[in-house]
Amino acid sequence: MKISYYPGCTLKTKAKDLDKIARLCASVLGVEMEEIENWQCCGAVYPMGTDEIATKLSAVRALDHAKKNGGKLLTLCSACHNVIKRTNEDMKTNKDIRFRANNYLQLDEPYGGETEVLHYLEMLKTVVGFDNIKKAVKNPLNRKIGAYYGCLLLRPSGVMAFDNPENPTIIEDFIRAIGGTPVIYPFRNECCGAYVALKNKDLPKQKSCKVLASAKEKGAEEVITACPLCLYNLQVNGDGILPVRYFTELLAEALGV
Amino acid sequence: MQRIGVFICWCGSNIAATVDVKKVAETIKSEPGVVYSENYQYMCSENGQQLIKQAIKEHNLTGIVVGSCSPRMHEATFRKTAEAAGLNPYMVEIANIREHCSWIHKDMDEATEKAIVLVRTAIAKVKLNAPLQAGESPVVKRALVIGGGIAGIQAALDIADAGFEVDIVEKNATIGGRMAQLDKTFPTLDCSACILTPKMVDCAQHEKIDILSYSEVEEVKGFVGNFNVKIRRKARYVDETKCTGCKICMEKCPSKKGLNTFNMGLNNRPAIHIPFAQAIPNVAVIDPEQCIKLKTGKCGICQKFCGAGAIDYEQKDTFVEREYGAIVVATGFKPIALDNFNEYGYAENKDVITSLELERLMNAAGPTDGVLLRPSDGKHPKVITFIQCVGSRDTSGCGKPYCSKICCMYTAKHAMLIREKYPDTEVHVFYIDVRTPGKNYDEFYRRAVEQYGVDYIKGMVGKVYNENGKLMVQGSNLIDNEQITIESDLVVLATAIEPEPSIRKVATLLTASIDTNNFLTESHAKLRPVESPTAGVYLAGVCQGPKDIPETVSQASACAAKVIGLLAKDKLKTNPCVAVPDEMMCNGCSQCANVCAYGAITYVDKEFRLGGGKTEIRRVASVNPAVCQGCGACTVTCPSGTMDLKGFSSKQIMSEVEAICKK
Repeated sequence: MKISYYPGCTLKTKAKDLDKIARLCASVLGVEMEEIENWQCCGAVYPMGTDEIATKLSAVRALDHAKKNGGKLLTLCSACHNVIKRTNEDMKTNKDIRFRANNYLQLDEPYGGETEVLHYLEMLKTVVGFDNIKKAVKNPLNRKIGAYYGCLLLRPSGVMAFDNPENPTIIEDFIRAIGGTPVIYPFRNECCGAYVALKNKDLPKQKSCKVLASAKEKGAEEVITACPLCLYNLQVNGDGILPVRYFTELLAEALGV
Repeated sequence: MQRIGVFICWCGSNIAATVDVKKVAETIKSEPGVVYSENYQYMCSENGQQLIKQAIKEHNLTGIVVGSCSPRMHEATFRKTAEAAGLNPYMVEIANIREHCSWIHKDMDEATEKAIVLVRTAIAKVKLNAPLQAGESPVVKRALVIGGGIAGIQAALDIADAGFEVDIVEKNATIGGRMAQLDKTFPTLDCSACILTPKMVDCAQHEKIDILSYSEVEEVKGFVGNFNVKIRRKARYVDETKCTGCKICMEKCPSKKGLNTFNMGLNNRPAIHIPFAQAIPNVAVIDPEQCIKLKTGKCGICQKFCGAGAIDYEQKDTFVEREYGAIVVATGFKPIALDNFNEYGYAENKDVITSLELERLMNAAGPTDGVLLRPSDGKHPKVITFIQCVGSRDTSGCGKPYCSKICCMYTAKHAMLIREKYPDTEVHVFYIDVRTPGKNYDEFYRRAVEQYGVDYIKGMVGKVYNENGKLMVQGSNLIDNEQITIESDLVVLATAIEPEPSIRKVATLLTASIDTNNFLTESHAKLRPVESPTAGVYLAGVCQGPKDIPETVSQASACAAKVIGLLAKDKLKTNPCVAVPDEMMCNGCSQCANVCAYGAITYVDKEFRLGGGKTEIRRVASVNPAVCQGCGACTVTCPSGTMDLKGFSSKQIMSEVEAICKK
């Protein structure tokens, strides 16, 4: 099946691997990720300003494009996912934003939050199914893996509706599907330090080290994440306590892609 | 020709501020059949009722419509008024122009128009009303109390003291309930057992009270005044009449590794056991899952040592059936399971405990003889952190949306007692809000803070994790606007409470309604707080909503007052609005009997004349008017339209619909 896909800027630059491997794995699992035409930056953190409409428009354009092409929009970068899903929620529930965005865009038909925004992990869970991934695995990863969720996939929990924000399980289920043993550690849903890294190295260092030390203490051999920024912080500011990789890399390894 | 009188109430400004009551009364005057229409400030007042009575007499009214509040408020009032003026009380209809109209509309013109339609509708119905006579049914002068905690105990004692027989059915081996597990009670800090056990003994010794412990309600039939209840007496494998409570069996039993549920699983107990020292009845019970004899057939040691010959491995469940006039539900609560709250590390860390577990650790009869030792290594904890609202006021779906009400006070109690007994202990409390309404409650909490130096931190806890053998409690301090981590030795979770799960079964048996949180629903939140909407069923304690001991005891006594009021009557008036079958149309298909929740419908073979001297015998439905509650389920189920409800006939309902639709 085909799903409209929004890669985002980071996946075209720093996180090229994340993008490339994700597409390969998806095609092995029977899902064709169709990159939407002329996509623009999701707006990064800017659409969260409630009084500004222009910064939300590119997300709405992508959503509208997906609406006309199957009704689902697949994302991979946690930050893009967070921005697009929250913008979509605004278009669905906030009359004022909906009116202003549509007024500006003058689409053929007004957009009202109809598209379903799916993160790659959610796609694996609901479209492919973890059981089917299990069947497709050629090299089961017999090792202990810590899932790192970070903030953006889980919160705000009401809008993201991704998983239980305090006790998420989806990445652990994913790890089980690819033959690994998930390691539950308390800091898997703590912040990595995020953009503070631009200004101040100490805080992300403290945060990232705590995450990795906590995973190591519970027996993890490596940590996986879905977020380019988390990966950056954990790798650069995490003192090399544990190797950190994208979850898609492990998926590819397990599928033998 | 009917002569209808219409009375429009202002309800002060409740109705009159939104509905032009004078216009309603004026417009209605021209309705066919209406011979009198008036408006008045308070129709339910003495003067208002006088006005109705006078009009009935002066204008020879055959039926009246009162445009006022909900019939649930004042239908009974106006029926009595009509009856006093010589009119059949069932010739009264209420048009609800308050809850259904003035309270929910803002625009006066719209509301007035709607009020007129509602009154017209009631007029259409009252024209088809027929005078009905209430029947009578006798009252069985015995009450059933389900649940033997403090609520059930108090209700039973009060009812019994008024001279009526009471049975307490308790599913556990002893009465006493949750209160028996508590150490001290707020706000006076008296020992829970010291104030509870005398009441338990009173129950056991009261000649009017029969305690059916280790028993459960299995089946309930009948209706207010005449319930027929089947009770399962579970096999305890010990003859209750012979056991002397000497406990030699407990000493000798070789299977000692059962979790002591009374101590919240903090220590073990033998397969044969008496739950606690002051248990009532003071009789042993065997846990069949744990007993070697019952599982393998080999052992029998307790039987050998029992001097009273009370052990009976062959005992089976037995059933008793009894009649009751009233039923009190007092099934209590349990703390919620913490499966959805892994962030607090309850499952992984022995030293993360619930407040009820702490009660046992502080109790002189508990697993540590009242010395506060932490479960992991038996050492004195030096830093204790309490987390409030674990699962309470939780809208995420993991916990309960309501406030459990008791936790703020018992946490203040715990903190204070620990600081009193172990002054070198540091005590922190994370809270969202501290809620202490109640006599001497806020003073109690202030004492914990000011006199005992308990460190209250406004903020929620994100996670509890283990680091170097310490429990790290990470939370936010909203007042200082910072994230803090407290290194603790013991973490106590003020866990939300929920109704005891057996409530669902009990509610189904009693056809008593429950809300989305499994609390039993009261008949009226403010004015009938201890009555279930099912007549003859009363609610006491946490089964109706979270409450502490003083409130529970008040509610139990209120229940008892209601029960005594009911049992004091020899006969009850029955509701004449019951189902009646048109036997000529009935084909005996049984569908009505299948939907009847009260078992009011049976079938009889009747002989019918067919004409020309021929007859046939047909099976037709027959309704027992004493059992029928007039719910109407059969009338809408009946495929041939045989069943009709007196006072709410299909014709009446249709005429109401027509009145609404007519422009």
